[in-house]
Parts: sequence; structure tokens; C-alpha cells
Amino acid sequence: MILEALMAAAFVGALTVFLAPDEWAGRLAFAISLIPFVGSLYLWSGFEAGGNALLGGDIAYATQIEWLEVGGRSVSWFVGVDGISLPLFVLTTFLVPLAIVSAWTPVDSRQSQFYGLMLFMEANLLGVFAALDFFLWFVFWEAVLVPMYFLIGIWGGPRRKYAAIKFFVYTNAASLLMFIGFMSLVFALGDSVSSFALPEIAQAVAAGGLGEWFGIPPDTVALFAFLAMFLGFAVKVPIVPFHTWLPDAHVQAPTPASVLLAGVLLKMGTYALLRFNFTMLPDQASMLAVPIAAIAVISVIYGAMLALAQKDLKRIVAYSSVSSMGYVILGLIVFTEYGVGGATFQMVAHGLISGLMFMAVGVIYNTTHTRMVGDMAGMADRMPVTVGILVAGAFGYMGLPLMAGFAGEFFIFVGSLSAPALPYAPVFTALAMFGIVIVAGYLLSAMQSTLFGPFDLETDYEVGPAAFHDVAPLAVLLVAIIVLGVAPDIFFEMIRDAALPVVEGVTIDG
Amino acid sequence: MVNGLPGVTALLPALLLAATGLALLLVDTIRPDARSNTSMAIVGAVGSLAALAATVWLTATGVGSADAGAVYLFSDAVKVDTLGLFFTAIFASVTALVLVAGHDYFDDGVNPAAFYSLVTFAATGMALLAVANSLAVVFVALEMVSLPSYVLVAYLKQNRGSVEAGLKYFLVGALSSAIFLFGISLVYAATGSLILADIASASIEGLTGVLGVGIVMMIGGVAFKTASVPFHFWAPEAYEGAPAPVSAFLSSASKAAGFVVAFRVFTEAFPLEMAVSANVDWMLAFAILAAVTMTLGNFAAAVQEEVKRMLAYSSIGHAGYALIGVAALTVDGPANGTVMGAAMAHLLVYGFMNTGAFLFVAMAERWGVGRTFADYAGLWRRAPVASVAMAVFMFSLAGLPPFAGFFSKYFLFQAAIDNGFVWLAGLGAINSVVSLYYYSRVVKALFLDDPASPTALDAVDVRPTALYAAVVFAAVATVLLLPGFGPVIETAEAAASALF
Repeated sequence: MILEALMAAAFVGALTVFLAPDEWAGRLAFAISLIPFVGSLYLWSGFEAGGNALLGGDIAYATQIEWLEVGGRSVSWFVGVDGISLPLFVLTTFLVPLAIVSAWTPVDSRQSQFYGLMLFMEANLLGVFAALDFFLWFVFWEAVLVPMYFLIGIWGGPRRKYAAIKFFVYTNAASLLMFIGFMSLVFALGDSVSSFALPEIAQAVAAGGLGEWFGIPPDTVALFAFLAMFLGFAVKVPIVPFHTWLPDAHVQAPTPASVLLAGVLLKMGTYALLRFNFTMLPDQASMLAVPIAAIAVISVIYGAMLALAQKDLKRIVAYSSVSSMGYVILGLIVFTEYGVGGATFQMVAHGLISGLMFMAVGVIYNTTHTRMVGDMAGMADRMPVTVGILVAGAFGYMGLPLMAGFAGEFFIFVGSLSAPALPYAPVFTALAMFGIVIVAGYLLSAMQSTLFGPFDLETDYEVGPAAFHDVAPLAVLLVAIIVLGVAPDIFFEMIRDAALPVVEGVTIDG
Repeated sequence: MVNGLPGVTALLPALLLAATGLALLLVDTIRPDARSNTSMAIVGAVGSLAALAATVWLTATGVGSADAGAVYLFSDAVKVDTLGLFFTAIFASVTALVLVAGHDYFDDGVNPAAFYSLVTFAATGMALLAVANSLAVVFVALEMVSLPSYVLVAYLKQNRGSVEAGLKYFLVGALSSAIFLFGISLVYAATGSLILADIASASIEGLTGVLGVGIVMMIGGVAFKTASVPFHFWAPEAYEGAPAPVSAFLSSASKAAGFVVAFRVFTEAFPLEMAVSANVDWMLAFAILAAVTMTLGNFAAAVQEEVKRMLAYSSIGHAGYALIGVAALTVDGPANGTVMGAAMAHLLVYGFMNTGAFLFVAMAERWGVGRTFADYAGLWRRAPVASVAMAVFMFSLAGLPPFAGFFSKYFLFQAAIDNGFVWLAGLGAINSVVSLYYYSRVVKALFLDDPASPTALDAVDVRPTALYAAVVFAAVATVLLLPGFGPVIETAEAAASALF
């Protein structure tokens, strides 16, 4: 029941914070958000790796309670974690308190509602990563959208309305497509499943339970389901060309919302791709390996090129997320131990690094009120600590060894160079590696012109060092990034354990 | 005998509602001053909640369930079963919400007694309609619902819109009542009986044409009551012109009353086998009506500028969804009971979310902030709780997952697919997507838009406690019906399965 307790803590905390006065809502929210964090550390310490939850492995901390029945199949409250979901669960509980602290300075209106929504979102995010029943998962998945819509739409920048509605419409349309895709799979399984539990469905598909549905042969249904779910999740990830909502949402969102959007919400997309598309329908995935790998590489290169063309620091970080998510897709499609494991590891690493980048840019913006590369120079002069951490984070993005980003990308490349499931794997890998060069290019040039050199910013206000509570979350994140880079095994061990069954599920021709 | 008590105990909900109506008149006679508004609201709310409690008690003790058998009263003219009790629960809940909300809406109005008693008497008619087992009772109960409704729509007699709406509603209503009654007479001519079960077993040799015309005319009567195509014209005008609590009552409870006629009368009096063999395929007629109604309602709602009118068209769209319950039926269909049960569950959820939405409009009318989407801009700043409740209603009506509307729609479409009506479910899903557009416009206006002028929100100067309570209660019910959907759908499916 401990997973439920942590979700309930965030949910009850959200209600409490809604009712709290604005003056101390931020501090109360921070204190409450430490409960799920401490709890998830406890989960982690007691966790023993035992395979993939969907493919017959052990499910840690599981609870299954029947909820209702629809069309002869039962829907239940079914939660539990394995080596893939636990790291993301911990990532969420770790990022939320930091995001809340980073909101103390910029958010100055309607604090209790703001922090209440943040905790409400945390409760639903934890639900997404813990749920093992399709309906339960879908309820959480959609419930995440509502607080994010309000966070962007109410506390966002000048074009917040446009950004919030675009985010809502894109992700909801995608959800519908994904829902139809998954349902066609369930219909085609017919009587061979008696519930909407994801493990049961995954194992039934693996056992060849797919049948004809309205005269459509099973292979066609599976292919349709794969494509519908892939497109649905592709919007969330986002994969080029479905990425256009992302820069708008990121640039308009307040900093703490950006941190969660980049740090956790994007991972929902890649997590779902791994859980649904690649775990349940590995054969369809390997059939489409070349086009998917091509899309992944295009996302890497095109996202980086777009970032290169931006002048707004936040937009640069936003587009580079598109690029990083491309690596994750590449890692997933190669179906090797290091590829899939590395992709999952990269989800966590990118969550930390992009969270750090957005937070650091936010701290600079709080002081300078501008994010444009041309507007300022020599920030290192006035905000040495913030800039130092930002530079360190940028190097993490570029894949500096001993930082989390290096470990993630290294695993992915190791896995993808010799991938039997993907033809021309070395070519794709080489192309994707080229993306790192572009990343280094735009990050270095942006930093060069804004952070270094003589200080230059025309203002009528004081530009000085940031407050302690602005810098502290940055430092904590940087420490976490380095720890994960030095000792990737603290997560990679359990990830690999859960990724192996996925890799073994694919049939490789020849 | 019911639980060792006389059989008439099974009619307790209807009797309680009737007694409440009479008690309201009594209160008005004893205390004909303005202050009696509060006492009448209390009497009305307590009475309708007692009726709800009685319904739940009867259902929980298994009265009228498939195991215990239905309770027949008055020479089979009345048949109390789970179906009837389920619908009575919807009527009683909506009545309670509307009466509580009416307290604040008519605060400065004159003669509130008329409002409270007319709503309660209409609810009594609905409760009777839900258990009617004879076409004569069906007609009498239907008129008992309609006559108070005409008066209620024209309740603001100084307001031209309200009077015009009342007149329009009355004219269309009188016409459709006549058609419905003529349909009943033709059915009687063909079968020689008014009791539903006897109609089904009567020999109709050579008279199928007469029966067919009768059935078609009865479909017209149902379409009027449920605000479905082709008798939907009155709905936007009546809902818009009427006081908002009355609109809530008509679009939730009165619509459900129309559906209880459709669900019970058509399946019991004209069983599926007979309909097919006699070539009067009313399921097909309902399928076409469902498709046209949901599409027309949704697309018309998308182009409205006034919130109340948008809700009126959305209510037509939801009538289209609920019609799937009598449309997606086939002889020996594997999911006949499931699809009708899902439609019933949808009507229950709809009863809360739609009533709540109209009551929010009632609150806006009470404040006098205006009627269009633009007038609602930024209301969140002054009325956060009510605005959050309205967002819950809108997302739930659109069928978004964290709310009960998602499950009720999903179960309905899934059951339709299981019964082989993929096209109807697909059309419903497409319409749901369209609906998200206009429902989210309300949320956008409330939360994201800035008020038209700095003084625009000054109109929000009172906190109508009772209205707030009704809106919040409806929102809580809309949320809690998601985790609590299991018992609802099980009861509804069991009730509907007993008809086949």
C-alpha cells in the first residue's frame, strides 16, 4: 500500500495547499512534497530487481483491487513498479520539491492555487508510472493534462492562452488516437484476456492471442494498433514533426512548470512507447525499425538545428529536448540490452539535466527580465554561482564524461552500434552522434555571448547574485547529475534487469 | 408484499414526492410571506432527498430486482422494478439540486411557492412515468410532467424571452402529446390492450400497418420529451428563455423521463422479435434519430455565442448519445442489456454534470454578469470554487478521463461496439471530440481570459450559499461517480437486462 500512500500524500497535500493562505503556501507545498520523496527513497532501498512487470517479472509493491467490469473484462486498481518505472517514480518525487522551491521567486500571484496544482500534478504523474491497469493508467495520463493546462494558461508568459490551448488540443487528440489503437488491440485479443491489466494483455499478445476482429487479420490489427499508439505517444515525446506544441508550451510556461514538463511529462511519452509499443508489439516495432530509427535521427539532427537558430535561451533548451528525445527513441528501437536500458537511463538523466537548464535560465530571467541571447553579456560577472552551475549543466547536455548525460548517451550508442534488429545500425548511430556536435555548437556559442566577456545589460534595476533558495535546487540537481554519471549502476542495474525481457521478446529475421 | 410491508410501499418515492408538493402548498398557505422562501426550499429539499433515500433503500433491499420479481400494482397498471427505481433516483437527485438552487435564484422574486410545488409535482409525474406499465398511465404521467413544465418555462412572466419560450414549448408540446396519444390509440386498435405485456402477446394479424403507424407516432412523442430530432426545435428556445434552474430541471430530469418511456415501453410492448417480424423496426428508426440528433446537437453547439444556448444544444447532443441505448439493439444481441444499462448510467451521470452546469449559469444570471462566453471572462478571480466546479462539468460532459463522463460515454460506446454497432459508436466518438472544442471554450473564458473591463467582475457581489452548495455537490458527485461507477453500471445493467 506504500505506493498508494505516496500518491495520497501528494493528493491530500494538494487539497491542503489549495486552502492554505498565499503567504506560506510555497513553504507548505515544499514540506509536503518531501513526503513522497522520502517515501520513494524507501521504496528504492527496499527494491529488489526481478524482471519486467509486463512480461512476467516480479511486480514490487503491487496492489490489485477489482474496480468494475466492462464488456466482460475487469478493470482494477492495479499499481506496482519494476526496474523501468521505479527510476522514473523516484525522478518525479525528486524533481517536484526542487521545482516548487524554484517557484518561490517568480510566482507572486495566487500562490496557493499554483502550488496546489503542482502537487496535484505530482499525484497524477506518480499514478502514470505506477499504474499497471490500462484504464487506471489512462485516467492518470489524462489527469496530468488538466493541471498543466492551468499552470501554463494562468501563470504563463504573454502568449500563454495560445500555448495552453495548443498543448491541450495536441495532447488530447493524441490521447484519443492512442486510446483507439490500444482498444483495437484489446478487441482483437477477444476472449483470451479477462481484464485490462497490462501484464495480462502484454503476455496474451506475446502468446499469440491476437485474433481476427470484424474480418481484419490479426497482423493488420496489430500493425494498426502499433501505428495509432506510436503516433499518439509521438506527440507527447515529442518526435519531429509533432513537436510544434513543445516550444510554445515551454517558452510560455512558468519556470517550475517547464521543469516538470521537460523533466517528467516528456518521459511519459517515451515511457509509454516502451511499455506499450515496444514491449507489447516488438515484432511490429522491428518490422518498422528503419523508418522509426530514421525519425529518431531526424529528431536528433533537426531538433539540434532548430536550437541552433534560436535567440531565446528557453527556446534553445526546449528544442534541445526534442533532440535528446530522439536519442531515447533510437535506443528503444534497436532492441538491445544497452539500447533499451540506455534509453530508460537517458529518460532519467535528461529529466535531471533539462530540469537544471530550465531552472538556471529561469533564475537568470528572474534577475535580468530577458532571455534573449543578444540582450545580455557577461552574466558570469554578476551571478557567478548560477552561471557556473548552468555551464556545468550545459556540459552535461553535451555529454561530458562522469555526468549523467554521458552515461545515457554512451549506453545508447553502445547498444545501437551492433543492433541485430536494425539494418544499417552503424549508419544511424553515426548520424545520431553527429547531433552531439551541433548540441555543443549551439550551447557553447549561446554561453559564450551571454555568460562571458564584460558585463553588458541595459537596466534600471540591480542585477546581482540570486537568492540562496534559487541556487540551492540547482546545486542539488547538479550533484544528482554527477552522482548518476559517476555511478550509473545505482539505476542501470535495475533498468537492465527489466529491459532484458523486452529485448528477448523480439524476433530477429535471419 | 414488499419487505413484509404492503405492496404499495414500492411506490414510496412517488408518494413522498407528491406529499412534498402538497406540503409545499400547505407551507405557502400558512406563511404567505416572503420569508417562507427558505422554509419551502428546506421542505422541498428534504422531501426529494427522502424520495431519493426511499429509492436507494428499495433498490438495496432488492425490491423489483430480477430475483425477487417486479411488484405489480393496480391491476398491472404499475410495475415497480429496478429500472423504474434507477430512473426515480435520477429524478429525485436532480429535483433536490434544483430546489436547493432555486432558493437563491428566486430570492427577490415573488410567489416562490409556485416554483417549488410545480417542480415537485412534475417530479411526481416522472416517478410515476418510471413505473408505468400501461399506455394510459404513461400518457397521464407524461402530461403530469409536461403541464407544470410549460408554466415553469414561462415563470418569469415579466420577461418576454421566458413567456415566448413557454408559449413555444406549450405549442410544440401540445402537438406532440396529441400525436403520442393518437399513436397509443392506434396501438390499442391493433392489439386491443393498453398493458405493455398484453400488447406484446396480442395477435396482430393483418393489422401490422396500423400498429406500425402507431409506433412511429409514439416515437415522435418520445423525441419531443427527450429533445431529439425531429422534435427538438423547442429545446434551445425553452432552455434559453426559462429561468436557469428550470432549464437544468428540464434538460436533466425531464429528458431522462422521456428516455424511461423509450426504454420500457418499446422493449416491453414491442419486443425486438415482433418488431422485426412485423416490419416495424423501431430500433433502426432510433438509430437514425440518434445519429442525426448527436451530430446536429454537437455541431450547432459549436457555433453558439451564449453559454446557456450552447448548453441547450449540447443537451440535444447528449440525447443523441442516450438514444444509442434503444438504437444499438438487435434480436438476440449479445449486449442488449449492457448497451441499455450503459445509456441509463450515462443519464445518471449526465443528471449531475448537466444540472450542475445549468446551475452555474443560474449563478451567473443571479450575478448579472451577462450571457456570452466573453461575459464569463475571468470569473475565476472572483468565484474560484464555482469556476472549478464548472470546469469539472465541462470536462466531464466532453468525456475527459478524470471525470465520470468518461466512463459513462466509454461504456456506452463499448457496449454499442459489442452489439455490432461500430458506426454508431464511431460517430459518437467523433462527436465527443467536436464537443471538447465548445466545452473547453467555457473553461478558457473562465480561467484564461482577462475580464472585458476592470469593473466587469464587480457584478459578482453576492455569495448565494444554497446555489453554491448545489453546484459544489453536483461537482463532487461528478468526480466521485468515477471511482464509484461500478455499482451504478451493475445496477443499470441488471435493470436493463430484465427487459430482454
